[in-house]
Amino acid sequence: MPPGINLSDFYYLLPEIVLTTGALLLLLGDLMTPRDKQSILAWFTLAVLGATAAALVPVAGVNIQVSRGLIAVDGFALFFKVIFLGSAALTVLMSVKYLDVEGTRAGEYYFLILCATLGMMFMAGGTDLITLFIGLETMAISFYILTGFLKPSRRSNEAAVKYFLLGAFSLGILLYGMSLMYGLSGTTNLRAIATALVGQETDPRLVLAVILVVSGMGFKIAAVPFHMWAPDVYEGAPTPITGFLSVGSKAASFAMLLRIFVESLPTMRAESASALQSSPTIGWGVMFYVLAVVTMTVGNFAALTQSNLKRMLAYSSIAHAGYLLIGAVAGTARGITAMLVYLFVYAFMQLGAFAVLALMRRHDVVGDELKDLNGLFFRQPFAAVAMLLFMLSLGGIPPTAGFMGKFWLFGAAIESGYIWLAVIGVLNSAVSLYYYIRIVVYMMLKNEPAGSEPRQSPALAFAMGVAVVGTLLLGVYPRALFEFAEASAATLGTSTVTQTLP
Amino acid sequence: MTNVAGFPLLSIILFLPLLGAALLLFVPRDNSNAIRWIANVVALAGFLVSVPLWFWYNAQDASYQFVERMPWIPSIGAQYFLGVDGFSALLVLLATLFGFIAILSSWTAITERVKEYYIFLLILQTGMVGAFISLDFLLFFLFWEVMLVPMYFLIGIWGSDRRLYSAIKFFLYTLVGSVIMLLGILALYFYNHSVTGVYTFDITQFQNLNVPFNLQWWVFLAFFLGFAVKVPMFPFHTWLPDAHTDAPTAGSVILAAVLLKMGTYGFIRFSLPILPDATRHFVPMMVTLAIIGIVYGALCAMAQQDWKRLVAYSSVSHMAMVMLGMFALNPVGIMGSIIQQLNHGISTGALFLLVGNVYERRHTRQISEYGGLSKVMPTYAVVFLIMTMSSIGLPALNGFIGELLILQGVFVANRIWAVFAASGVVLGAAYMLWLYQRTMFGKIENPKNERLLDLNLREFATYVPLLILAVWIGLYPKPFIDRLQTSVDRVVVRINPEYRAQAAAPVGGQR
Repeated sequence: MPPGINLSDFYYLLPEIVLTTGALLLLLGDLMTPRDKQSILAWFTLAVLGATAAALVPVAGVNIQVSRGLIAVDGFALFFKVIFLGSAALTVLMSVKYLDVEGTRAGEYYFLILCATLGMMFMAGGTDLITLFIGLETMAISFYILTGFLKPSRRSNEAAVKYFLLGAFSLGILLYGMSLMYGLSGTTNLRAIATALVGQETDPRLVLAVILVVSGMGFKIAAVPFHMWAPDVYEGAPTPITGFLSVGSKAASFAMLLRIFVESLPTMRAESASALQSSPTIGWGVMFYVLAVVTMTVGNFAALTQSNLKRMLAYSSIAHAGYLLIGAVAGTARGITAMLVYLFVYAFMQLGAFAVLALMRRHDVVGDELKDLNGLFFRQPFAAVAMLLFMLSLGGIPPTAGFMGKFWLFGAAIESGYIWLAVIGVLNSAVSLYYYIRIVVYMMLKNEPAGSEPRQSPALAFAMGVAVVGTLLLGVYPRALFEFAEASAATLGTSTVTQTLP
Repeated sequence: MTNVAGFPLLSIILFLPLLGAALLLFVPRDNSNAIRWIANVVALAGFLVSVPLWFWYNAQDASYQFVERMPWIPSIGAQYFLGVDGFSALLVLLATLFGFIAILSSWTAITERVKEYYIFLLILQTGMVGAFISLDFLLFFLFWEVMLVPMYFLIGIWGSDRRLYSAIKFFLYTLVGSVIMLLGILALYFYNHSVTGVYTFDITQFQNLNVPFNLQWWVFLAFFLGFAVKVPMFPFHTWLPDAHTDAPTAGSVILAAVLLKMGTYGFIRFSLPILPDATRHFVPMMVTLAIIGIVYGALCAMAQQDWKRLVAYSSVSHMAMVMLGMFALNPVGIMGSIIQQLNHGISTGALFLLVGNVYERRHTRQISEYGGLSKVMPTYAVVFLIMTMSSIGLPALNGFIGELLILQGVFVANRIWAVFAASGVVLGAAYMLWLYQRTMFGKIENPKNERLLDLNLREFATYVPLLILAVWIGLYPKPFIDRLQTSVDRVVVRINPEYRAQAAAPVGGQR
């Protein structure tokens, strides 16, 4: 491997370079944009995201590592980058009117969204502990600021401080785990770690490293018992950011989680309780099993009693992290595919739900209480029907996309023999339907309007429409998504180092 | 394949109501009459396009007919695979007929949010038909769940009194059952892959699998939860009286006539032929629950003060009878079970329509509020009488044929069971006749009942097809039994091979 950076790296990293350049231009453009023309910045942000997506096209189908094995450009990363760019674009679309209502400056806001997206892209592509950590920090710091972006709001400030403190703490734990991995293997490259650690599975220091990394990642995906920050942060953050946080940050963290555990710690899996007895090591498969069960159950039961929609969706998103962990427990190609499929459909339904919440925000109404939805069916029929679809999809009812996602997850569990995990999963999704349907009940069955009428804006309606189409189409005809996800999952850990242009 | 129509008949039956619903989206909200007309015409057309299933169906052909098959999600082996045998063809006809009757019966009953109401009813019909004609397990599950949402709203928005409670209860009960069923489906799917190396949800393939007993045991319980809630079997029946009581008339009619059949259809189509060993193993449990259901449902019906609740509990009892006949596991019992499913649809559907007629006039369902109605509503009284007789199984009407076959089958299987089954018939006669007596006979003591109008032409029209069917099946059930023979054979061959020779011989009391 030659030292230094190769020319071909610039070609393969073009999407990231486009995104960075665009973000910097946006920051400059903000200075030149008059205060009343801030919506131009939103369109510029969308253009940057579009250009980044276009730059992804030439590297689609590539399966290599660049920058001396720091970053992979493979199908796995590509799949996640599509999710990040798509959800960032939807977030921007629903932010235009929201920022207007809140009366905040837009420039840094969109810049930070692009920064967070950039961080996510490195989290999905990183094949080195350093790259992954820098990606994670880039994303996390952007989100700390975005959470507290509503300066006059006490809730927003409190959420930001809480998120920052707990986030910094958890990053410390994660970093400690990573440093142990480095110390034991002598390398930060994921694939090299895997090779170096073979035969050391019973080393208690390695077990400690796994526990620490699981805890650190558990915080980022908001798995119980590392979930305490989620409800407060979700409630306090600006609504579109909450949506972006729950979709983009979660997807990126799961990508990183898969990179670390599947690529660098495959021998530390210790799949079942019987394997546990025969070897003294506690594998991450078992840890994720426990985390999945606890996360699903606590998330869903806590959501049952919430009356604030953002808190309810926070607990619901905790529960979804639990479902997603089922795929990691299975650990098979089907399990990883299932996680990819689920994260993809989750982006549509979750962002759609937050788009409806963004619509509910008006000058005189915060609009995130359950009772604020009263009679929405008769005031905003399109938004209400859209919300109904998102709720059914989150609950996993066909013919929506959520069902197809759950189908893969539970299918992966059954195929790998985790029958009880699947049973707990489906029972949990039945429980979850109770609070999802409660939202629908408020929208459809009670007619007591409160405050001024919610008004659609074209951008918001478009974002909602995209989410509706995605939720329905992927529920009825998911063929293309399944094939894309399967092909992408298969590339995890198979990329080769190269320095040549195609 | 055997698509005698030469064009996608089943797809047309399936999607016509959905197209109608889409059409309604574009009709202005305040033009209620246009909405009603369109919905009625679509529903009538939906029934008419399904009629060829009766005439073009070849009773000699044991394979699935009108088959349509194309890839849907190739990466997991799911197909768009439709087809019917005699059993599902008759259930499709029942669904399309009641789809039309339900819509026709709602003309004056529904005055609020008319547009959404008809859209939900039409979507519901697509779901029902789809579940009956899907030969792909994933597709079946999709339609199975699609039915839930419109029904939830029909109860929740247009229902009475405790509609929110009843709607959620209905939704959650059915949902919990069906997600467990999904796990059963997945278990079969992966088992099939481990044996054949092919990922498929093809039901015809599953019906030929020899699943090991251990797996059968689990899958049977998973399916049981899904289907038993729908039937509903004791002790999973408690959602039914609430849902029925609070649903609008059309909702109750569809629920009783078609949705409950989903459960029994599921048992006969999936549990019995795919899991024959587990089925035989679970006979004692199933029979016990069925017998409890028969007696308990009947006793509860007898104690009701609410007319609609009484009919709802009679449903529990009758459907338990259907289950008992099915788990006799012999050709006669299964034939009787299927015929009785149709009969239950016809008579109980009609009984809910009848309650709906007086409820629309008086806005109460208390039996004590009525009495002597035969004086002011003579036509109504006659229709009610015929449907009561059909429900209690009077000879020359449809209920008799079904009950006779079931009793015959159960008697062969076990005489003690037959005693309980017969007791259900007796109790059924008691509560129905008592209901009739309390509401129709005697003097009109409540002045509000003095000026009640008799059935008008539209209301009477909803009963005409049901009266014809009741008498037809009662006097000449042969065309129905002929069409069902191959379906019964398919189950019996798997479940009880020694009956195969006997199954070749004709069954039925009145050939």
